[in-house]
Amino acid sequence: MTNTTSPADVLIKGASLLGAEVSDLLIVDGVIAAIGADAARATGSDCQTVDAYGLVALPGLVDLHTHLREPGREDAETVASGSAAAAVGGFTAVHAMANTDPVADTAGVVEQVWHLGRRAGLCDVHPVGAVTLGLGGTELAELGAMAESAARVRVFSDDGKCVSDAVLMRRALEYVKALDGVVAQHAQEPRLTEGAQMNEGAVSAVLGLRGWPAVAEESIIARDVLLAGHVGSRLHVCHVSTAGSVEILRWAKGRGVDVTAEVTPHHLFLTDEHVRTYDPRFKVNPPLRTQEDVDAVRRGLADGTIDAIATDHAPHSIEDKDCEWAAAAMGMVGLETALGVAAAAMVDTGLLDWAGMADRMSVRPARIGRLDGQGRPLNVGEPANLVLVDTGTRYSVDPQSMQSRSRNTPYAGVELTARPVATYLRGRLTASEGSARR
Amino acid sequence: MTRHLLSAADLSLDDATLILDTADELARVSDRPVKKLPTLRGRTVVNLFFEDSTRTRISFEAAAKRLSADVINFSAKGSSVSKGESLKDTALTLEAMGADAVVIRHPASGAPHTLAHSGWIGGSIVNAGDGTHEHPTQALLDAFTMRRHLSTISGRKVVIVGDVLHSRVARSNVLLLATLGAEVTLVAPPTLLPVGVGQWPCEHSYDLDASLVGADVVMMLRVQRERMNAAFFPSVREYSRRYGLDADRMSRLADHAIVMHPGPMNRGLEITAAVADSDRAVIIEQVTNGVSVRMAVLYLLLGGSDSALGGDQ
Repeated sequence: MTNTTSPADVLIKGASLLGAEVSDLLIVDGVIAAIGADAARATGSDCQTVDAYGLVALPGLVDLHTHLREPGREDAETVASGSAAAAVGGFTAVHAMANTDPVADTAGVVEQVWHLGRRAGLCDVHPVGAVTLGLGGTELAELGAMAESAARVRVFSDDGKCVSDAVLMRRALEYVKALDGVVAQHAQEPRLTEGAQMNEGAVSAVLGLRGWPAVAEESIIARDVLLAGHVGSRLHVCHVSTAGSVEILRWAKGRGVDVTAEVTPHHLFLTDEHVRTYDPRFKVNPPLRTQEDVDAVRRGLADGTIDAIATDHAPHSIEDKDCEWAAAAMGMVGLETALGVAAAAMVDTGLLDWAGMADRMSVRPARIGRLDGQGRPLNVGEPANLVLVDTGTRYSVDPQSMQSRSRNTPYAGVELTARPVATYLRGRLTASEGSARR
Repeated sequence: MTRHLLSAADLSLDDATLILDTADELARVSDRPVKKLPTLRGRTVVNLFFEDSTRTRISFEAAAKRLSADVINFSAKGSSVSKGESLKDTALTLEAMGADAVVIRHPASGAPHTLAHSGWIGGSIVNAGDGTHEHPTQALLDAFTMRRHLSTISGRKVVIVGDVLHSRVARSNVLLLATLGAEVTLVAPPTLLPVGVGQWPCEHSYDLDASLVGADVVMMLRVQRERMNAAFFPSVREYSRRYGLDADRMSRLADHAIVMHPGPMNRGLEITAAVADSDRAVIIEQVTNGVSVRMAVLYLLLGGSDSALGGDQ
């Protein structure tokens, strides 16, 4: 975004657009200038040609849920390192969660994050504003000031903490209507999850780890969809993880409630059976659930009950994970593996095609976040935000090659097939072959 | 590869039987005027206790010393751990000092598992109680005690009563007794049974009186009074009435039935003084047997060139 000079023209040859039609695609001045036979004809003399035969072209991915840790925990991640990870993962826009230190609950902090994103220039960084002051859950933050700031905040969330007070949640839902905003709820009934360490069920009973019951998520979602329906507001549900949550969302959407929801790649792919290792890389909030839950969120994503895949990329320093389970921090990095893991869960299983993946990882999240110029179709005249994906070569996830400052991935050594090989942000190459192009 | 004792589930029937048979042999040492064997001379056993538990620590200490091992007691209190040192750095320190076995008690479930699989330390790890997970040597000494009184364990009816949800003793006993072929029934108010208990290899019930019929063993678990404040049960009196073992309930047991408790007891809560001090109660024997069983575990883990104990790789 900071480069003022226009990028060179790029002719992408032979890409499979959304996994279907194979076509050339010409980028001029950051915009898709031509598609198909016209593309090659329209190239100028200084045009760079990219051989994309065998690769799938998707619109640049949009993440609704990223923890970039800056300001406050720059040892774990910075806006710059997180932007690099995003670009390598095929993302052209991310939403940076508000639980930084200081909390992103004022126009000043969200503008700082926004400026850091502009300076890094590897993907659009859209700060999420806190719903309540200091994530304290008692007083509304100045949502209007954040919305009107240079960062133009549209998504508000206390993520990491639940807005558990029903009155405060109702007011927040009502208030953001004036801002065309949305409240993204971290659904976790706090009393039911005090000291919780993992999903409550057969595995927690054996491991002697305090349980995080599905009902703690589902009861908040049920309350919130009723509230959103009552006041006519827009609600977004973060990281849906249980079969019951999918059922409630399906019911609410059927009644016309304006609710959207996201699911993480890890909740599409991993179960609480992994916790039997007591390996803290599998410690995450909400916790990994059962195979029945994984099957349900996959079906919910496939049928559109769940709108989007969001990473919940949560970098943590080595010392916060290299310890006993109870002492470990919750969360896992996810930007660089999101597409590969999500494709393993959804495409390899036949639940979604690549057009469907583009819808869930780009089109719908951009719409939920009210992002102009992201999540657009691959049409002439649209901004050239796109990612080229190698879908046919098996590879093993290598944490040491990651761009994130943190290495807390649960996928080390896992074999995947879908891999982003080139990412373009408004026509400029931001990442290729696993490296960010600063 | 190093062998560890992390969970009662690590033990096959042959493993468990070997430990109990070995403990029988080693128990005879305790009857001799000189209660010492040279078996582990020159080996170092570290008792790494992140939680206060004097009785378990001295039991392991006595076991190791009777086998002539060098014993180092590392208590978290007053050590670098209380100043924020991580489990990892503590483990690296012990490794640098050359610990052959680490007996660990830790408030976090899975900490012994983490220690055994981290690569931080090369010695054998013995779980001496981790959080609300397991306490396998307690289950072994309980089985040893049952076997001495009832001669066989297979087919015996064992009733375990109390705070199963928070009990590492209950978890290890259920797993080991299932391996040994006993029929276990857990009895507790529904609030103190974990979600998922239905998948354990045992029965469960909310009715103590019905469960005591035909019982060969009644094992009472310690119930912490503060559970009452978290609404697990309404009052100490109500708990005692519904789930406590008193003389009246004891009188309905078969003549051969024994009463057990892992200690420390809350007299007047889960067990009355009359029961605790009766002939039925084998609670003090459990303590004695603990030393023999822990001798057997250390002997089998450290004694031979190839440990006879199976279990965790």
